[in-house]
Amino acid sequence: MDKKTWIFISVALLVAVLLAMLISPFASSSPDGLEKVAEDKGFLEKAEEQEPTWKHSPIPDYAVGGIENESLATALAGVIGTVLTFAVGLGLAKLIVRKVNHNKT
Amino acid sequence: MHIPDGLVSGPINAAAFVVSAATCGLAVVRANKTLGERQIPLLGVTAAFIFAAQMLNFPIAGGTSGHFLGALLACVLLGPLNAFLVMALVLAIQCLGFADGGLTALGTNIFNMGIIGGIVSYGLFQILKSVLPKTRGGFLAAVAVAAWFSVVLASAVCALELHFSGTSPLKIALPAMTAVHVLIGLGEAIITTVVISVVLASRPDLVATWSPSQSKPETSQEA
Repeated sequence: MDKKTWIFISVALLVAVLLAMLISPFASSSPDGLEKVAEDKGFLEKAEEQEPTWKHSPIPDYAVGGIENESLATALAGVIGTVLTFAVGLGLAKLIVRKVNHNKT
Repeated sequence: MHIPDGLVSGPINAAAFVVSAATCGLAVVRANKTLGERQIPLLGVTAAFIFAAQMLNFPIAGGTSGHFLGALLACVLLGPLNAFLVMALVLAIQCLGFADGGLTALGTNIFNMGIIGGIVSYGLFQILKSVLPKTRGGFLAAVAVAAWFSVVLASAVCALELHFSGTSPLKIALPAMTAVHVLIGLGEAIITTVVISVVLASRPDLVATWSPSQSKPETSQEA
């Protein structure tokens, strides 16, 4: 991989991490489009009375548990999620492409 | 637009899961053959950027917020099937790691945001791109319109799913969902266009759907 591309990727990743860290605590906490419609049209309870099928999310609702400061909990969740997504995405892409080389040889 | 558990019926979730899983398989096979060396880290960083940007809910009218979707951005940068992989990855991480979107609705969320907001909207982008001037401005106009459309269309399909699940009749869900997302789509169009402009200015070679002839409109304008 050429150096220029790595610089571009690094800068883009830094921008993503900074967005997740510095802006996410100021994000609107109003319900999103679907949630608001569900609330207004009276079908939100249909979702709320349902037990979540997956209960093992380590960072539910984008707030790291055990941190009293809400902004900090959200910022930390943002950084963890962004770095994790990059790492998993890069890893998967490498894995997908590597099979090609095996097939060729 | 992340659907929680309980709003969409089992058969619809199952059908959407099957379609999403099949598309995922196709995208992996295709990426195996075509994903370029530079696209490997680009795929990772696009997913990371979308994850981060989706956290940034912006307020719109009436005590509602919206957030970036990113499916069309990923399509323009990486092509539709690689973009689908990006969206599936982001949605899976959000669901499993952050309890955003129900696990039973994961296939439906990937269908709505990865296939409808991504692959289908990319079709519109290609049509717009072919009819608009073959210039940077024409390209960005196609990006902006398709990005807006991607959010509105995904919300309309979500309303259809709510209808067929018996959650909310179409005549209520469809106007309500599309009205909100017509506004959220404006945010989508702005963010997508700004990001693509920045990448085009710095590394046009990383934009898969940008052909080099478009960067020289003075020589290819009449072509």
